[in-house]
Amino acid sequence: MLEITDLVHSYGSHRVLDGVSIRAAEGELVCVVGPSGCGKSTLLRSVAGLIRPTGGRVLIGGQPVDRIPDNLAVVFQDYSRSLYPWMTAANNVALPLRRRGLDRRRRREAAMAALDQVGLADAAAKYPWEMSGGMQQRVSIARALAYRPSLLLMDEPFGSVDAQTREDLEDLVLRVCAHHGMTTLLITHDIDESVYVGDRVIVLTRSPARVAADLPVDLGESRDQIATRQLDAFVRLRAEVGRLVRGGSPTSTVLEKQ
Amino acid sequence: MEHARVLRGVAGVAGFLAAAEIVGATGLIDDRFLPRMSTILRGAAELLVDQEFLADARASLAAWGLGLLLTVAVAVPAGLALGALPPVERAVRPLIEFLRPIPSVAIIPLAILLFSDNLHLRVAVVVYAASWPIVINTIYALRDVDPLAKETLRSFGFGPVSVLLRVALPSAAPFIATGIRVAAGTAVILVISAELLAGGAEGIGIYITEAASGNRMDLMLGAALWAGLFGVLSNTALVAVERRLFRWHDVRTGAAR
Repeated sequence: MLEITDLVHSYGSHRVLDGVSIRAAEGELVCVVGPSGCGKSTLLRSVAGLIRPTGGRVLIGGQPVDRIPDNLAVVFQDYSRSLYPWMTAANNVALPLRRRGLDRRRRREAAMAALDQVGLADAAAKYPWEMSGGMQQRVSIARALAYRPSLLLMDEPFGSVDAQTREDLEDLVLRVCAHHGMTTLLITHDIDESVYVGDRVIVLTRSPARVAADLPVDLGESRDQIATRQLDAFVRLRAEVGRLVRGGSPTSTVLEKQ
Repeated sequence: MEHARVLRGVAGVAGFLAAAEIVGATGLIDDRFLPRMSTILRGAAELLVDQEFLADARASLAAWGLGLLLTVAVAVPAGLALGALPPVERAVRPLIEFLRPIPSVAIIPLAILLFSDNLHLRVAVVVYAASWPIVINTIYALRDVDPLAKETLRSFGFGPVSVLLRVALPSAAPFIATGIRVAAGTAVILVISAELLAGGAEGIGIYITEAASGNRMDLMLGAALWAGLFGVLSNTALVAVERRLFRWHDVRTGAAR
């Protein structure tokens, strides 16, 4: 579904991505984790077609990304800047659907359905600034869902909300991605989160970023905020990812599994 | 809060009027040159039933309204184009910086040569003078549009024109509206100045000229008073419209509502 091959990007003489290759199968939720400032966002922006990488190739569904693809949606960290304050939640969600050639009524229906999925059916007429941070990020997620992308990109989607809201949103994303069978690339600096949410965790090195490890997450389909985080497999994997993010090398136990 | 502020404003105006009246009553100022405040106010009240003045006021109002409409129609698209295309803006910038500081009233003699119709003349000077605040505000507002807001729409595959109209324009709208409000005030000044300098058949400026030549200082100042009051009222009305339309902006910036 998604093939990133040998992606290189430099800002001037400063190299940010140094040959990153990542693959994601149809319906897979891949977490990319790495130290702050390692180029995670540059990676996401290259995949989204928002910047043209210096080198390498991105294929989505076999199609090279040479302009902005029309089958992907992005959820940004900063919901307050990404949602439009002059529009209600429903209109924010409905706006991108103009690209789908739907008439006003269809757009409205699709927006209401998406808001319902994220538990905000009652807040459709509210403006973003009348909502809490968690609610606003739900609206962003609904906006992405309504668009029916084949690839969903999320850039630190839970980075600006409190811990309780973060857990709720993690479960929400797990539920809706599974429901729609959506291929998802989620970028985070949070080690716990990458293991809890991901089907696979890609660890990037410090800048310039390379792939340090590509770890499968064997925690099963359904996850629970308390029970999953207590599992031995979770604890071990979290420790492994933590070591790698800090610049350590892969340990044998995890390598055996690969 | 709001109530107390209005009360203070009213007290200030009343205090000024009373002080002016007292100075007039002491005979310090020859009331052939500056009539007593009570005389001016009486003159202003008389004007309300003066058919000639009312026709003049309507003529000025029409020139003001038409001029302002045309200004918005010209200046907003111009500002959008310049704000959206930085290379063009850089090319035009020196010209703008040269023309803008020229007092607009100074171009009225040129306009007199160019336009034979008095309405056209007034509308033209209004458009010239009142466009600046709108164009400048629009350029700066577009420059300050949040890049992430634009990028969000771009990531859904919208092109530059869609992003301009659906994100940049609404984001900039509160600042454009402020520009329009400033332009409305400028337009009042220009309409009356053009009437004073260019003459013509009707307009408050014409009325003022005639009242002055007839030595009716009370009517002359009364007419000026109505012009000033109109400026205050149009400004208040536009502020109210802005608050209503751009509540999202006030909430965001934490401005007092």
